Amino acid sequence: MALLDVSNLKVHFHTRNGVTRAVDDVSFSLDAGETLGIVGESGSGKSVTCYSLLGLIPMPPGKIESGTALFNGEDLLNCGEKRLAQIRGDDIAVIFQDPMTCLNPYLTIGEQLIEPLTYHRNIDRKAAKERAVEMLREVGIKAPERRYDSYPHELSGGMRQRVMIAMALIAEPKLLICDEPTTALDVTIQAQILKLIRELQQRHGVAVIFVTHDLAVVSQVADRVLVMNQGKVVETGNTRQLFANPQRAYTRKLIAAIPTGSKAQPRVQDEAPLLAVEHLKTWFRDYSVGYFSARRHPEVGHIKAVDDISLHINRHEILGIVGESGSGKSTLGRAILGLAPVTGGQINYRGERIDQLGNRQRKPLRQQMQMIFQDPYASLNPRMTIFETLAEPLLVHGLATRKTVTAQVLALMDDVGLARNYIRKYPHEFSGGQRQRIAVGRAIATKPEFIVADEPVSALDVTIQAQILDLILDLVDKHNLTMMFISHDLSVVRYIADRVLVMHHGKVIEEGKTESLWTAPAEDYTRQLLAAIPRFEVDAPAHNL
Amino acid sequence: MFKFTLSRILQAIPVMLVVVTVTFFLVRLAPGGPFDAEKAVPPEVLRALEANYNLDLPVWQQFTHYIGDLLQGDFGPSFRYPGRSVNELIAAGLPASAELGFYALLVAIVIGILAGIISSLRPNTAQDYIPMSAAMIGICMPSFLLGPVLVLIFGIWLEWVPVSGWGDIPGDKILPALTMGSAYAAYIARLSRGGMLEVLSQDYIRTARAKGLPERVVIFKHALRGGIVPVIAYLGPAFAGLLTGSFVVETIFQIPGLGRFFVQAAFNRDYTMIMGSTIFFALLIIVFNLLSDIVAVWINPRLRHQTQGG
Repeated sequence: MALLDVSNLKVHFHTRNGVTRAVDDVSFSLDAGETLGIVGESGSGKSVTCYSLLGLIPMPPGKIESGTALFNGEDLLNCGEKRLAQIRGDDIAVIFQDPMTCLNPYLTIGEQLIEPLTYHRNIDRKAAKERAVEMLREVGIKAPERRYDSYPHELSGGMRQRVMIAMALIAEPKLLICDEPTTALDVTIQAQILKLIRELQQRHGVAVIFVTHDLAVVSQVADRVLVMNQGKVVETGNTRQLFANPQRAYTRKLIAAIPTGSKAQPRVQDEAPLLAVEHLKTWFRDYSVGYFSARRHPEVGHIKAVDDISLHINRHEILGIVGESGSGKSTLGRAILGLAPVTGGQINYRGERIDQLGNRQRKPLRQQMQMIFQDPYASLNPRMTIFETLAEPLLVHGLATRKTVTAQVLALMDDVGLARNYIRKYPHEFSGGQRQRIAVGRAIATKPEFIVADEPVSALDVTIQAQILDLILDLVDKHNLTMMFISHDLSVVRYIADRVLVMHHGKVIEEGKTESLWTAPAEDYTRQLLAAIPRFEVDAPAHNL
Repeated sequence: MFKFTLSRILQAIPVMLVVVTVTFFLVRLAPGGPFDAEKAVPPEVLRALEANYNLDLPVWQQFTHYIGDLLQGDFGPSFRYPGRSVNELIAAGLPASAELGFYALLVAIVIGILAGIISSLRPNTAQDYIPMSAAMIGICMPSFLLGPVLVLIFGIWLEWVPVSGWGDIPGDKILPALTMGSAYAAYIARLSRGGMLEVLSQDYIRTARAKGLPERVVIFKHALRGGIVPVIAYLGPAFAGLLTGSFVVETIFQIPGLGRFFVQAAFNRDYTMIMGSTIFFALLIIVFNLLSDIVAVWINPRLRHQTQGG
């Protein structure tokens, strides 16, 4: 008998705007010790499927309409809230996506770790602490006795995710649900966490449901895969066979959208540098160090976000900046545009120094130099229609008059592939991809020469991501743009950039033409980064997680 | 923590200086003086009075004299209660007001936070609407209405509690505390509902539920700490307001507290009493704001660590 047998699960959300069929007739089963990957884009219902098994979806508006979920022969959907609470955290444990928000900031790590033991097993605190320390050691936390009394904010993201894993496994569950457990982590940390989950699964013989949007990750960890789209199961099967020979168009589309390889042809480059940065430093005061000692020892009293970076970008070139979180790549982009302070060094644009300009002198430059931000949900003003958003920069810089502005906005919308009848709509009426198109349109509205794109596709689904990347490449060609493309995703950078610069702790590690850097990285750190990228494996046998 | 507290105390000095200066000159700008009476006072008596209280000096000299006394903790003599100093008057009224304020605060916190938690658990249902409507009524209903209504119901009709007095008959402190605390309770209920709703939607609450913890543990151990942060910020100024008494409540229930002195001082142009009460009130506000900030820091481990050292 299967450990978990879900059949005909239907979960609907009843909202004011009607009924959303979040999960629509989903069935699957899972044997003990097996790993099932659930893949899908955002809104596909993959997380809701898992959470509804455990009664973790908000009800109302959520409602389980029908279906059964037999866990060891017991129906999770009909066993009552009390029994379900006993099963949660004891027999079935969950690892969530974002370790930064999933641990209670008000309680110590230890206090949160021992809860499954003290509430489910009636183990006294002292014995529970011993077990917790042992578990922390097992997930690779150094000095676990000391960490036991730490608060979550004292730990890095990777360490917090290790704590989450320890917390999930401490009561030795039979089933572990991992919901995007590595999505919020850097690529090298992701590789470590995946390896850790794999090892622990083998040691403890746990069955795993691995929910992710990342096909490469799932191809590495899952025995079987379930592809979901809009609440429905698209197809299911053995991981290797399914990806090698997808039956459905949707699965093929997902696979095709994975950024692979480099740009078709390197763009012709004008050799004159448009932007030259020399020994740029952006240091922020570290407020844990007192004012006077920071004055006396600037080396100690500052966080060196950007530390002595020199680079140049040629006209019509796309320079990729890669690095993990905290590497200073975003700060570098902001400093170049005058959005972050410059502590030392020079920025030259078209041969003229721009880092010392005041706000007024900078205004003509702002027309020339633009930025595309990461999160299209946060970077667009929710109270402005798309017309207002796109018209504003045109009017501010005197590039349009009240009479011509509508025509110009419509032309922009054509450029970025938005239907003209959307012109009076507000950002919340658009999907993530459409919003990012608006954001791109806003950036190119003033006909700039130079654009800093800061993680422009990181918040998007893989199929949308591919569309936006192609849109950016088209526009770069069409408008002869020069671009600095910042991303933590090496595959994306490889796809779009002519030249790449690798950053780590505010310094440049390595720089070179995209393909030569990929094929022959000179530095250890670059090699580590490249090795950590999960590969989409189709033909090689899937690792048993 | 020590550095944080010290820097806040140092910041309070210029604030107090501004309060003292502004009130000093404002009360003198207001028409009328402390010795204006319906019957004309003979000029020589008036002069003698003014000389006695230094009112014949130029205003800036009066100011420096006042600051000098103030630095020694002396609020000066009252202009309208001859022979009694402002310090004595405040000391006389404070115990009753502070005691009443303390009870009212207890009422406000217990009822407010409980009501807030109850409504936040099932938002937009009867369980939410009923306490929140009651809170709205509590905020809207002025104490000069609520007080007499409570007296009528519990004192006269039901005869459960005495209708007035302070410390004479057992139970005579219940109605004033309820009257004074209810508006604050209503406000706290709204704040804690908002705070709890915010926290209950956090990812870490889902984690706690995923661990299979009983609902009471999820709410009181995992959610409440974060949920009452807005309440704590509000409690500082609220406590200062409660301690200094309420003219209305003290009048309704015949309580010998501070509130009445404050209001009468303003009517009487009792310059030193106005100054004394304003400064005292400002000082309380600063102290309790500082206390609530310290509690807020103490409750949040993130801030706690930042303020150690820096």
